[in-house]
Amino acid sequence: MSHHIVEVKDLVYSYPDATPALDGVTFRITHGESVGIVGANGAGKSTLLMHLTGCLFPGAGSVYIGDHVLTRQNLAQVRGRVGMIFQDPDDQLFMPTVYDDVAFGPLNQCVPPSEIDALVAKALKTVGALHLKHRPPYKLSGGEKRRVAIATVLAMSPDILIMDEPSTGLDPRSRRQLIELLKTFEHTKIIATHDLDLVLDLCERTIILHQGKVAADGPTQEIFDDERLLLDNNLEKPLRMQGVQNDADVTLTPRAAKSGSVE
Amino acid sequence: MVNIDTALVSIGGLNELASQGTIIHRLDPRAKLITTVMFIVTVVSFDKYAVSALLPLVLYPVVLTALGNIPPGAITRKLLIVSPFAVLIGIFNPYFDQQILMHLGGVPISGGLISFTSILLRFVLTVSAALILVAITGFEAVCLALERLKVPRAFVVQLLFLYRYLFVLVEEGLRIRRAYALRSPGSTGVALRVYGSLSGQLLLRTLNRAQRIHQAMLCRGFDGRIRLARSFQFAARDEFFVLAWGLFFLLARLYNLPVLMGVMVEGLL
Repeated sequence: MSHHIVEVKDLVYSYPDATPALDGVTFRITHGESVGIVGANGAGKSTLLMHLTGCLFPGAGSVYIGDHVLTRQNLAQVRGRVGMIFQDPDDQLFMPTVYDDVAFGPLNQCVPPSEIDALVAKALKTVGALHLKHRPPYKLSGGEKRRVAIATVLAMSPDILIMDEPSTGLDPRSRRQLIELLKTFEHTKIIATHDLDLVLDLCERTIILHQGKVAADGPTQEIFDDERLLLDNNLEKPLRMQGVQNDADVTLTPRAAKSGSVE
Repeated sequence: MVNIDTALVSIGGLNELASQGTIIHRLDPRAKLITTVMFIVTVVSFDKYAVSALLPLVLYPVVLTALGNIPPGAITRKLLIVSPFAVLIGIFNPYFDQQILMHLGGVPISGGLISFTSILLRFVLTVSAALILVAITGFEAVCLALERLKVPRAFVVQLLFLYRYLFVLVEEGLRIRRAYALRSPGSTGVALRVYGSLSGQLLLRTLNRAQRIHQAMLCRGFDGRIRLARSFQFAARDEFFVLAWGLFFLLARLYNLPVLMGVMVEGLL
């Protein structure tokens, strides 16, 4: 199943105003892997994701999706295989109704109109949003928008899912539901986020970007155990792992809540 | 004074009326669009002193709101919001055109006053017809009908996006205004000298968003063509709808129906 592979070799990119964004990024993600891409603000996460979907092209180096280098010529095929979920669902849901939005991708892939209904229903069902089918996207809540945004991508049946900050703007419950939903997907997943707890839940592997370079690449647990490494990259341990180490903090929290100081 | 945000919410409300299933709602969007255009052209084509001849045309919006189960309040409120434009266009007519054209119970009526009334009447008819079209068809179906009627695609896509992002844009604008208001206590409205940078800010945000949306579209295989998975059937009842109203508009345009009826009633007496 070599077509699920994402490989980046010596990727270099500078923005038109000469701000360097990526400086020799190299990694290889194989079939079915789930990888978290973390790093400080401005570390180059979003720029990297743009390269994986062909929204940007490298200044030097190359991006492989499957066995092929990503070029302008094979862009259309690559985009059918790589599904990108944007940070702001309002950018992703641009059609008048949820139905039209989910149907947008498949129609561009020339799926016959007679099959569209079933396809849309299936994608919406997977994310538990079938009841939103006829609603206009601007009327949905943040969590609903996120679900529908994921459905729009699923409807194109991609092999690889790329997500930019999937948990921003979600309340704790919606965030938990999102994590459970993503756990059920068997796609190769690449998730760029500041939500390290989410990475801990979903990704067995983590790549830390720092000033456009790969600062670390390895098993998530190992990387998050290395406090020095995290601090050097403007990160800190996931909250869950902090609690285990510092028992005093954990017992303090309920007492503070009881005394009413939260209100 | 109507607030811009409540005004926008009510536009959305109008579109929601379109999800009803009345006999009018079930008609082909193209039939309704064509009829609305015919109606507007008819209303606009009358000469500038026409008042009584326009009156029969009131039948069209009245019949449609009744059959389409549209609350008349929803339409009239929106008419009021845009009415200042129409009033401004005609407000000086009575001043410029003081030639006396008729007497109503001994009171002389000037041509300017008549043409002003005509402008207001036309405004009410045309704008309400357009609003009703959205309420009985839905904005996206209107766009779809435009596309099927061979209106250039770029134009239709613009309209679709305009409607989709109107709300996002207004929210963006409201956020900027709120941020401004919170840091300038005591001032009402936005000071003229910061207006430029505020609107510049809004423009930049809009451009950024447009770029992100375009990327999102490209990621899902956009190639310059918006495809919608919906098909219409132009049935016999749609043809009847268009022809019947077309005939009525033609009659109303060619004959001054109220005068004709007056003559008939006089003849009977």
